Amino acid sequence: MTRAAMLRTALVAVAAVAPIHVRRNEPPGPPARYGLGRPATAEEVRSWDVSVMPNGNGLPTGGGTAVQGAAIFRQTCARCHGPTGVEGPFDRLVGREPRQGFPFGRDASLVRTIGNYWPYSTTVYDYIHRAMPYDAPGSLKPNEIYSLVAFLLRRNEIIADTAVMNARTLPGVRMPARDRFVLDNRHGGREIR
Amino acid sequence: MLRRGALGQAATPSAPSRQLGASATALGARAPNERLARVVGGTLHEISLTPLQDLHGIVTPSDLHYERHHAGVPRIDPHAYKLLVHGMVDRPTVFDLSALRRFPAVSRFHFLECSGNGESAYRNMRRDQSPQLVDGLTSTSEWTGVSLATLLREVGVNPRATWFLAEGGDAGLMARSIPVAKAWDDAMIAYSQNGEALRPEQGYPARLLLPGWEGNTNVKWIRRLEFADRPFMTRDETSKYTDPLPNGTARMFSFVMDAKSIITFPAYPATLPDRGWWDVTGLAWSGRGRITRVEVSTDGGTTWSSAVLEQPVLSKCHTRFCFPWKWNGREAVLMSRATDETGYVQPTLAQLRAARGAGTRYHFNNIRAWHIAGDGSVTFGVGG
Repeated sequence: MTRAAMLRTALVAVAAVAPIHVRRNEPPGPPARYGLGRPATAEEVRSWDVSVMPNGNGLPTGGGTAVQGAAIFRQTCARCHGPTGVEGPFDRLVGREPRQGFPFGRDASLVRTIGNYWPYSTTVYDYIHRAMPYDAPGSLKPNEIYSLVAFLLRRNEIIADTAVMNARTLPGVRMPARDRFVLDNRHGGREIR
Repeated sequence: MLRRGALGQAATPSAPSRQLGASATALGARAPNERLARVVGGTLHEISLTPLQDLHGIVTPSDLHYERHHAGVPRIDPHAYKLLVHGMVDRPTVFDLSALRRFPAVSRFHFLECSGNGESAYRNMRRDQSPQLVDGLTSTSEWTGVSLATLLREVGVNPRATWFLAEGGDAGLMARSIPVAKAWDDAMIAYSQNGEALRPEQGYPARLLLPGWEGNTNVKWIRRLEFADRPFMTRDETSKYTDPLPNGTARMFSFVMDAKSIITFPAYPATLPDRGWWDVTGLAWSGRGRITRVEVSTDGGTTWSSAVLEQPVLSKCHTRFCFPWKWNGREAVLMSRATDETGYVQPTLAQLRAARGAGTRYHFNNIRAWHIAGDGSVTFGVGG
């Protein structure tokens, strides 16, 4: 081997070694996993997972009618939402006006109710279960919630007096405002949307 | 001269340099003359507003950060706290607070803004409103936490999962559906605000932070993330936080806060006691990135000049602007107009009303105006 060739070999060897040396001084890259946290138990998931989806996923067994719901509403809900769900003082739940079109964007005086604005029936169950009554959330049993949902859908003229609301029937209730919603089409840039 | 509104009268020695001062203390307090306070509002006291006119720079002191809650502020034991991540994931996992804090931490300065902020600049415009009353539902903090992308890798999110439900541990189990893409982008689970643990009203011990997105999606007291292949359609993304439009539809999942600005001085109730040089200043921000320009008009929007953007200019963060102005003692109308890095220019009220209609409910980012009268008094809006 010539001296020049030996030098080249040595340089290649140094070059091959040097990056390893440099890498040792850099912080390690992130691992795929840190191994933190612990596996959730099935019971933890079951007891915390309260969400209900428009296809009915998450709805429990049980059921109720508007007649059953009327009594619960009077006792539990009327002091905030009014005797018929219209009077308040808090959110108005009942009302189909305006029946023509969907003029909420043009008219600031319109009040949005379950009957004129909510696009999914399952949301009524999900929300009552999560958050109502305001001062005792989580206190209502599935049969009571189904009954209240039936009462509110009946008062909004969406289901019949005798209809039973349960995990099978509720997702099939089509709300008046179902087709009124569109996804966000703002993307920045010059246009005001 | 009361340059800012919050200076009070407190007993102070006439010659403080001639007497021994106070001892060191375990916990500091504001100078007795500095009277800073949020304004609490709402029929259920569910909001409080940041005193924008009394603050400098871009960071909001943590005890003045605005509040909006939907079922009060819960008291959560940090030792019992847990975050459940489940649904379309390989490994349903529970993280306690010490596990969250053990991951590599990230710190970012970001604004938060309630999507209903500024409604009184869109309708029911009252003259006697301060920046706090007009736009006080926005604040900026340095947030520290674990990147949500790190947690997604930890639990092995199914590639077919497109949405996740973020649920809080408050009395309403506040819940929003969030696209998984935001989690991979810049979302975090924050446990710290301005160097210390979150305040209770900001989500103690941990909250979701979605930089640039409307306040309510940054779910506080976060307790559960459920991954799915579709949105959940909770009340707060259907009945509330949707934007009716003039064409008879309503926009849903309108997450991003568009570019906006407000002059915080001179602004009601401050006055200009003298003609001469004044520093017009305010805040600008955009949920889509950095502010690239703020223009100021002193003639009600006829002519505009560029303001100075103070450093730092950060993405999805309040940016301080200032504009030296020589007031000639005559009536004037001051306005500010922000532009962000996408080229979006803060719209006029007429432009925004044309796009959204008079009845729309959220995202009120139209140009704000302050009227300066000949006597130096300042009122909100354009009128004389």
